[in-house]
Amino acid sequence: MAALNIQKGASSHSAYDLRDPNTQVIESHTLAVLVENEPGVLARVIGLFSGRGYNIDSLTVAEVDHLGHRSRITIVTRGTPAVIEQIKAQLGRIVPVHEVHDLTVEGPSVERELGLFKVTSKGDKRVEALRIAEIFRASVVDSTLESFVFEITGTPEKLDAFAELMRPLGLSDQARTGVAALARGA
Amino acid sequence: MSRQMTGARMVIEALRDQGVDTVFGYPGGAVLPIYDELFQQNDIKHILVRHEQGAVHMAEGYARSTGKPGVVLVTSGPGATNAVTGLTDALMDSIPIVVLSGQVPTFLIGTDGFQEADTIGITRPCTKHNWLVKETDELSATIHKAFHIATSGRPGPVLVDIPKDVQFATGEYVGPKQIETPSYQPAKKGDLATITRLVELMETAERPIFYTGGGVINSGTGASQLLRELVDATGFPITSTLMGLGAYPASGKGWIGMLGMHGLYEANMAMHDCDLMIAVGARFDDRITGRVADFSPGSVKAQIDIDPSSINKVIHVDLPIVGDVGHVLEDLLKVWKARGRKSNAPGLQAWWAQIEQWKARDCLAYRNSDQVIKPQYALQRLQALTASRNPYITTEVGQHQMWAAQFLHFEDPNHWMTSGGLGTMGYGLPASIGVQVAHPDALVINVAGEASWLMNMQEMATAVQFRAPVKQFILNNERLGMVRQWQQLLHGERYSQSWSESLPDFVKLAEAFGCAGRTVSDPAELDAAIQEMLDYDGPFILDVLVEKHENCFPMIPSGKPHNEMLLGEASTEGAITGAGAALV
Ligand SMILES: Cc1ncc(C[n+]2csc(CCOP(=O)(O)OP(=O)(O)O)c2C)c(N)n1
Ligand SMILES: [Mg+2]
Repeated sequence: MAALNIQKGASSHSAYDLRDPNTQVIESHTLAVLVENEPGVLARVIGLFSGRGYNIDSLTVAEVDHLGHRSRITIVTRGTPAVIEQIKAQLGRIVPVHEVHDLTVEGPSVERELGLFKVTSKGDKRVEALRIAEIFRASVVDSTLESFVFEITGTPEKLDAFAELMRPLGLSDQARTGVAALARGA
Repeated sequence: MSRQMTGARMVIEALRDQGVDTVFGYPGGAVLPIYDELFQQNDIKHILVRHEQGAVHMAEGYARSTGKPGVVLVTSGPGATNAVTGLTDALMDSIPIVVLSGQVPTFLIGTDGFQEADTIGITRPCTKHNWLVKETDELSATIHKAFHIATSGRPGPVLVDIPKDVQFATGEYVGPKQIETPSYQPAKKGDLATITRLVELMETAERPIFYTGGGVINSGTGASQLLRELVDATGFPITSTLMGLGAYPASGKGWIGMLGMHGLYEANMAMHDCDLMIAVGARFDDRITGRVADFSPGSVKAQIDIDPSSINKVIHVDLPIVGDVGHVLEDLLKVWKARGRKSNAPGLQAWWAQIEQWKARDCLAYRNSDQVIKPQYALQRLQALTASRNPYITTEVGQHQMWAAQFLHFEDPNHWMTSGGLGTMGYGLPASIGVQVAHPDALVINVAGEASWLMNMQEMATAVQFRAPVKQFILNNERLGMVRQWQQLLHGERYSQSWSESLPDFVKLAEAFGCAGRTVSDPAELDAAIQEMLDYDGPFILDVLVEKHENCFPMIPSGKPHNEMLLGEASTEGAITGAGAALV
């Protein structure tokens, strides 16, 4: 996580950030929040978003360093640049938060999501579902005579597109993990 | 050296190691082991309150007047939920408070046990941080962390929830030096390049202004000292928020009075017209800014604050400086001196001439009467008769609070305790007791409205029990005055539920509590009545019957900019219209 390593709690009023502070344009940002893995820490983060009226488009959390007691929360949020800065500063204020990174402004990053999609159909539709799954490089993880469960990994947009195509082919259930993201490079 | 002891003993030991001399609390089943330990020692004094909300406000009064954290001990369930208003108040005003709450034993948590409440869940949004301690071995370190977090960075309230079995069990005690908070490292020093840039602007500014707030007081008396030096050396005017009164003395040559919704005309006009605004430990609250879009349109804004989230939250600032006010002011002063103590003398002269013109409007003027006591007059007399004793003043919330801020003069920090951010009616009486406990020989006065005062009046018994000679100066207008004022200006004079009906006889009430009281309604007797209150050796309730329909001016109606203030004699009809009517 090189580039602009935003200090915990600091908002990026750096010389590198030349965005107009007063614009009302809504932006989507992916934030990586490294937290102490202690009870209630996720509730603190979520409570901040609900209490202050911020948006959460996606949220994932898992322990990433067992010995160091660190978890990583990845949040995709929306807001004007001023609101995004406020969200980062507010996250930084939470005592068990170690670092807040704005992957959207700190440099290129990769984002991935995993989805499981159940498609229930017969005949031509079933064949067509399998064909499209191949194009998307989705794999079949469960199969009955009337259903498939596909597993697919990709950007949220790719998963959206897959779901859209499967809908007329009998999409009956789906589960998605939310976005995990990392900065590119060393 | 390993020290084994019970969790309950650890609580006492940790408080002692933290230098705590006073705890405000109320017992109950889930904290009995701690109360048992309290009983068996003499270092820590326990003030038995009459309601847990009172305990937290007392601790706030104690903390604000000493700069030390206030400590509260409450039982589980209702004890903890009663503390919630106080916690929220302390969070809004950045007051360091440590609340220790009892909890049902760990094996009952989640079973809806008797007096179980999800205290951590309930208090999460109204504390800076909170902890549920499940192991006795972790208790002492957690309490030490709690003190560290409450008092450092931007101060605030914290809560440690301690299940009863954790209090009974034995574990290892660790001292305050052994704790670490790796994820919590608040900044102290500000960025020197930005500070230098600010000095450059100060050297040339024609219409500069210092806009200071509670952060200066929280940063310690050293910060107030540095502020005084800086203001006096530069010759810039200074205004302050409600929370910051006293950081710079009211008698100082740079002082132009409080700003904001009920701030002084000259202060608000200067904020509107300045070309350089230096915000110091102030957070651009909506009571300060008025209509954001028209807030001080022509100024370059610098903001010094320890909390990065305070910067650019409401108003975009050009020069953000994240750091402790004291440290930053020290550097600012150093750089300004090193660069030759420059300022724009001709510019400043013209600026002060303009400010003097605004001052000449005499915005606090009111029509006095020899028939009825005007609340402003009552406060002027209180000021005159007490100034030599440098009193500590607390307030309730309402018109009387704003008049107190306007008419009393504060010369020192930590002498003014009021509920600013949350506006909690019922704050002032318990806060005055907390102040008095910390300063037994000082004069402590609660400037109250009759309605607010009733909200925590049970604490009068605490004052009597602990011989806290707090003076309750009630400006009794028999109205929820501030509500009535808004209804007059905004709701067509329909006074919905803003009468204080069936008020008690405050003198009899004082007697019932075992202290003394007096009612006064004749302006000619006011001085004697105030003197009687001051001379009485013990708590005293002075029921000052004041003009019932006085309005508090100046007033910036909600949704209006600073330069559209209402002044005393002005027509107030239709003052608040359109979008402003939806604001609070
Ligand atoms: C706990 C609480 N409830 C309601 C309010 C709303 N409120 C603000 S001022 C006020 C009236 C206060 O009346 P009083 O204490 O008599 O003071 P006055 O304005 O008459 O001086 C009310 C109801 C509040 N601030 N706090
Ligand atoms: Mg009243």
